[in-house]
Amino acid sequence: MRPQSDKTRELARAITQIENRGAGYEAAMAQFYRTPRSGSYRVGITGPPGAGKSSLVDKIALNSRYFGDEIGIVAVDPSSPFTGGALLGDRVRMRDLAGKKNIFIRSMASRGSMGGLASATKDVLVAVEAFGKRIILLETVGVGQVELDVVDACDTVVVVLTPESGDSIQAMKSGIIEIADVFAINKSDREGADFFAMELSAMLDLKDDRLWRPPIVKTVASTGDGVDELVRQIEAHREYIVKSGLFASHRIEQIERRIRETILENIGNMIDREILPQAELRAAAEQVFSGDMDPYSFIGGQIKMITSSLDNYKLFIGNSKGNR
Amino acid sequence: MDKKIRILLAKPGLDGHDRGIKVIANALRDAGIEVIYAGLRQTPESITEAAIQEDVDAIGLSILSGAHMTIFPAVKAKLHESGADDILLFGGGIIPDEDKVALESSGIGRIFTPGTTTQTIIDYIKSSIA
Ligand SMILES: Nc1nc2c(ncn2[C@@H]2O[C@H](COP(=O)(O)OP(=O)(O)O)[C@@H](O)[C@H]2O)c(=O)[nH]1
Ligand SMILES: [Mg+2]
Repeated sequence: MRPQSDKTRELARAITQIENRGAGYEAAMAQFYRTPRSGSYRVGITGPPGAGKSSLVDKIALNSRYFGDEIGIVAVDPSSPFTGGALLGDRVRMRDLAGKKNIFIRSMASRGSMGGLASATKDVLVAVEAFGKRIILLETVGVGQVELDVVDACDTVVVVLTPESGDSIQAMKSGIIEIADVFAINKSDREGADFFAMELSAMLDLKDDRLWRPPIVKTVASTGDGVDELVRQIEAHREYIVKSGLFASHRIEQIERRIRETILENIGNMIDREILPQAELRAAAEQVFSGDMDPYSFIGGQIKMITSSLDNYKLFIGNSKGNR
Repeated sequence: MDKKIRILLAKPGLDGHDRGIKVIANALRDAGIEVIYAGLRQTPESITEAAIQEDVDAIGLSILSGAHMTIFPAVKAKLHESGADDILLFGGGIIPDEDKVALESSGIGRIFTPGTTTQTIIDYIKSSIA
């Protein structure tokens, strides 16, 4: 058997390769998808900055229920849209996990994806699973598009709020409430936690049309209070979705979207390369600008070109099938 | 393909001043670098572990406590033990000239002393990691 540090390094490098879309990345991903990953479970931890997500991840990973389990932690923070740099400080709150050989922590910047999760993130989760991690904790800042991305990437979503979040509850109604499978009201050592829990519960009453009603757990990440109950609720949700078949159907849908996204990405690149190179696009835009052409005639021509090559393709497929 | 420079910044030892290292962390971020900040009171073991998991190109240590002559070699040794000699180790702090020379000639990267501009550090990182 290889020493632990070798395997860790291999996983770390695989993640870099995925992030950079480096040479051989697709072959590596293909391998990871083929590696048995059954029994792995992804928990998303999301919520506003400073709510205590990293501190909670630290305590969840140490919870007795996961004792000795192979745990992978991926913490995503936004890249600066101006410089592309990022300051990733989640490890500061995960110091209790230092030296634990069963725990792997990786900080990721969101990079190019506008406000969303790095599209690499989902690939990274697959890689982490392929390296034998069974509990995956994905920490993301819950603002804007990320929320939906987290649902797409995870099996259970924990939304972390604080008593202070009560003030902005109107604003949160928009998205973050809908995506929660479990609520953690962290910093419950502060005033207003009970009141906020009641408010939140009343809000859930209004839309209690689901089979799973998200439980609300009060936590104090700094001391670990309530974390046991939080983990219990995460596991309860896991049991619910596994037994009801939602786990499998959700993951299949994730893969569907992934395949579609990737094909679209490839087609986009193909169009840039083969059909509408930058220079040609520019020439067309200039003609539209000067009033010599309308964009729709041009687009129509392009689409016609693509569909006619599609028709040829279908003809070809038809023939080759007939010959079999 | 978009290769980003990734740097781990950590502060080993017991002194609790992290203002300086945070200034540098922000400057590196503004220079387009992905900075993983590990925080205070890191040990050679925890620094090496984090550097490997994060697959960083370099580690920057800030040492104000006077323990630089033990900590830098200890981290260097840990990296070697873990087969991670390719990770550049550099640092800064209140470090006498003779120690700086001794460290730099022992295979550790540049040691920056107070008064160094953040631009100097950025240039050093970008030129060392191509
Ligand atoms: N009072 C109190 N502070 C907390 C609690 N959990 C986290 N904190 C503090 O809140 C700050 C932000 O925590 P962090 O885990 O980094 O939040 P994140 O940005 O959501 O990951 C840190 O200073 C923590 O020490 C809690 O339960 N109670
Ligand atoms: Mg955090």
